[in-house]
Amino acid sequence: MRNDEHPDHGRRHALECMLWAGSGLLWTVAGGIPRSSLLGSAEAHAQSAQGSFSFVHISDTHLGFNMAPNPDPVVTLRESLDRAKSFNPALMLHTGDITHLSRPGEFDRATQIINGARIETHYAPGEHDVVEDDGKDFYQRFPQGARTGGFYSFDQGGVHFVCLNNVTNLQAGKMGMIGAEQMRFLEQDLAARTASTPIVVFAHIPLWVVHEPWGWGTEDSAQLLRLLARFGSVTVLNGHIHQTMQKIEGHVAFHTGMSTAFPQPAPGSRPSAGPIRDLPPGELRKLLGINRVSRVQNDGALAVVSSPLEG
Amino acid sequence: MDRLPRRRQLLRAGLPAMLVAPLAARAQERAAVTIDEHDYFPRELRVAPGTTVVWTNKDDTPHNVVSTDNPRAFRSRIMDTTEVFEFTFAAAGTYSYFCSLHPHMRGRIIVG
Repeated sequence: MRNDEHPDHGRRHALECMLWAGSGLLWTVAGGIPRSSLLGSAEAHAQSAQGSFSFVHISDTHLGFNMAPNPDPVVTLRESLDRAKSFNPALMLHTGDITHLSRPGEFDRATQIINGARIETHYAPGEHDVVEDDGKDFYQRFPQGARTGGFYSFDQGGVHFVCLNNVTNLQAGKMGMIGAEQMRFLEQDLAARTASTPIVVFAHIPLWVVHEPWGWGTEDSAQLLRLLARFGSVTVLNGHIHQTMQKIEGHVAFHTGMSTAFPQPAPGSRPSAGPIRDLPPGELRKLLGINRVSRVQNDGALAVVSSPLEG
Repeated sequence: MDRLPRRRQLLRAGLPAMLVAPLAARAQERAAVTIDEHDYFPRELRVAPGTTVVWTNKDDTPHNVVSTDNPRAFRSRIMDTTEVFEFTFAAAGTYSYFCSLHPHMRGRIIVG
């Protein structure tokens, strides 16, 4: 048995601190939005530049949305893609809600625009993408997980990527659900990986409980964490909540991304989770954007740097 | 087309009015549920058998109306702002439903 198979959870606090220091997480304050910061922006980008592998995380493009505070999310999607291209990423992960209403025209427009950026892109389904006809329009255009119903894995840049679907068959009164079939897949998929392999898990709804009254979490995420426990570097990327949040649990770093279309309120801060309509002029682009993820050190740690369109 | 209530499907199909009229007569009673702020108003609605319940989405977020019964008694398509869904409850009973986009949204129609 390898020593790194079973981290000492009795020293969790110390390990968390080491992870924070080692991964170079950057969460600063911009536009009034607090983000934890361990590295300055320039320092983080300098470290990222030294890495041999980086990718971007985009989410919740919601093409078809046309109301306040952003009547034309096509424009902000294009700006987000321009930002993504400037990072020269190896690939892009889209954590779902590509469309607002699952309508074919919205999918076609999104495909046309995103493909135009010429970045290899891997998609996780959002509930807005697969709500009709068992996700037919989504899987036709994004067939990577079509056979399984939205989950798959691949390797790139020394990182093992796992896409999960936690938006299908949502149950009344419950949060997101991964389900037994995907757990079995994940168990088999991870069995062949060494504990030192950096793991990136991406899915739409947060894979930890952000705010249960709004359904912002995943019912069976604890089971997922058990499967990931032996790995030294796990980065979880989610969307759905249209704002950046992060949490560290053991060796697992959870991050959510901004939307490129509209921001949603902090958990419980408003009567409902709908779009923030009453933004002061000039604030919208400070709350929209992408994440850049870089391998910053030789030990497999990843740095996630939030990149708003402005600010 | 399955999202359309039966009466409207018949109208779309261009059937003679004489065939449509008896159906319309049976569904005279109508009741409303408003969707707003990620909630159904009222969450619980009592109606007589034969009543057509009309859900109207007044929220700035899309929602739907999905029966929790197995098999499902009804399921709307995704409803954008201002869009409506209607369903006629012929038989007495309690019909629970939720929004499959936002599963914390739950409602109930009690027919009897």
